Amino acid sequence: MSIEVRQLNKNFGAFSALNNVSLDFPTGELVALLGPSGCGKTTLLRIIAGLENPDSGTVLFHGEEATNVHVRERNVGFVFQHYALFRHMTVFDNVAFGLSVRPKETRPTKLEIKKRVHELLELVQLDWLADRYPHQLSGGQRQRIALARALAVEPKVLLLDEPFGALDAKVRKDLRRWLRRLHDELHITSIFVTHDQEEAMEVADRIVVLNKGKIEQIGSPDDIYNNPASPFVYDFIGQVNLFHSRVDHGWAHIGDYKLPAPEFSSVNNQTAIAYVRPHDIELTQENIEGSIPATVSHVSTAGSVLRIELTNKLSDDVIHVELPRSQERSLDLSVGAQVYAKPTTSKVFLQR
Amino acid sequence: MAGSISNLGHNTAAKKNHSAGIRGIAKQSATSEARWIRWSLISIAMLFLALFLILPLVIVFTEAFAKGMGVYVAAITHPDAAAAIKLTLLAAAIAVPLNVVFGLAASWAIAKFQFKGKQIVITLIDLPFAVSPVVAGLIYMLLFGAQGLFGHWLMDHNVRIMFAVPGIVLATVFITFPFITRELIPLMQEQGKEQEEAAITLGANGWQMFFRVTLPSIKWALLYGIILCNARAMGEFGAVSVVSGKIRGQTNTMPLHIEILYNEYQFAAAFAVASLLALLALVTLVLKSALEWKAAREHEIAVLTAQAQ
Repeated sequence: MSIEVRQLNKNFGAFSALNNVSLDFPTGELVALLGPSGCGKTTLLRIIAGLENPDSGTVLFHGEEATNVHVRERNVGFVFQHYALFRHMTVFDNVAFGLSVRPKETRPTKLEIKKRVHELLELVQLDWLADRYPHQLSGGQRQRIALARALAVEPKVLLLDEPFGALDAKVRKDLRRWLRRLHDELHITSIFVTHDQEEAMEVADRIVVLNKGKIEQIGSPDDIYNNPASPFVYDFIGQVNLFHSRVDHGWAHIGDYKLPAPEFSSVNNQTAIAYVRPHDIELTQENIEGSIPATVSHVSTAGSVLRIELTNKLSDDVIHVELPRSQERSLDLSVGAQVYAKPTTSKVFLQR
Repeated sequence: MAGSISNLGHNTAAKKNHSAGIRGIAKQSATSEARWIRWSLISIAMLFLALFLILPLVIVFTEAFAKGMGVYVAAITHPDAAAAIKLTLLAAAIAVPLNVVFGLAASWAIAKFQFKGKQIVITLIDLPFAVSPVVAGLIYMLLFGAQGLFGHWLMDHNVRIMFAVPGIVLATVFITFPFITRELIPLMQEQGKEQEEAAITLGANGWQMFFRVTLPSIKWALLYGIILCNARAMGEFGAVSVVSGKIRGQTNTMPLHIEILYNEYQFAAAFAVASLLALLALVTLVLKSALEWKAAREHEIAVLTAQAQ
């Protein structure tokens, strides 16, 4: 089922959580709402679920107005950050809850409920935990049970509020891959909220980047990473080097250095910010055309890439560079060594 | 690191002093007091308990049976005593369920909703604890008494509140209101509303949410509140004494009846009825500790759950 929201506004006192937000969530997609805390992503999710009312604007389910439909009737599956499992019920009863509260006419028989619950527990690979209580489970197991519980009512939409936010890094990685596979299996329209850009990149078909209650960019993970639409997105997605510059006729001048900015060929001397990703920088030992002279100040070899910090004359901040480990041998990267850094890709945003 | 160093120092000091006979100090751990302080504090506490709590309780029962079993049975089966017991049970039977409903509603509103003046409501709920029960009784007198605000209207419509059962129930409800809310509000605030939200997204209606999700998670605290509320409802003297009019056999509750018997020098009878209230107190205490134990276990589980998260 597709979801649309139109011109949503929501204020909490003087704080504007959502500012004229309009979005489409096509059927069967897994969409991530990504942004820093306080950007309105959870509010948006809760409004779609019906747990919160917008001050103005509409929510459409499958093209039909749903703004005033009660949560109960929206048929959404909601997964909470802290699981919200019913503490005093067994895993089985938790998963069965949605079916057992149905009115008599539509409630499945006990036997059917039992069958369905075990199917779902098998789907989340936790059938052997049916008789346990939530406090006897690990965090990752709890969140899978919460997901099974949400899926039990056969929701048309699955809404997940920072579903992996409370888990350890390792479990989080496993679980998000698992969620991706589950989605590929079920193809249910899903929206999940996260502040972790890596998580959004790995799991989502599409990412909506939110900031201060507004949409910054909508696009595929590739799109968002490779063509950030705004300085905010550039900053928020991945690590980045930032240079204050002046743009003049297609070039961004940073001190006596310049980066190409062909899209601003007709711009006349305006302040701008240039962004360069750490992995979009080449290092050489000899001075080549278009490179920045710099000194190695720190090298970290812990991890799959070399992380190098360079002091330089262009800015007070160090330049972060990431190189494949294979370069370790071909370059002199001892602290204090002179190197030349050449940005291969950069992006310039004019400052208003 | 610092701990181990000081420990080493402590051990050598202890060894040195061993022969000097300062064994007690060597054994004393860093966080506890000297033995004599511990023992004197414990003795003071025990002495106080014995003198002010256990002794009176023993006296109540010995005095009650001082003139034999016959007098005891006669005292508590006397029509006036029986009426007082009945009235006390009736008042509690009405006041406690009312306060369960009010208490749940107020706690729910405070714990789950945001609204203006919430802090004032929380403060007001504790008012019955802050104000003297006699004042509470007088307030009802001023409202519903013959000379009171609604007195004439009530008289015209032939409704009796003062010096009758409704007045006693009102006063009891007022005095015992905070017992349940005080137990529930902190617990419900701590639990938040995620479980309830989960229940309604799964299609539960309001009643299903309340009876299948909310109530099971607060049941021990609620029971605890009910027991305290009931104990106070049966034992309340001040407020009830103002509004009851003390008509023997009609508007006398047990505490009032005890006072009257005592004032008439019927000590054995007074203590006999008093022994019933004392018995209630003991039963309340046992139930209370049982529930506390149960609630502590639940809390332990909740903490374990939270830690695993």
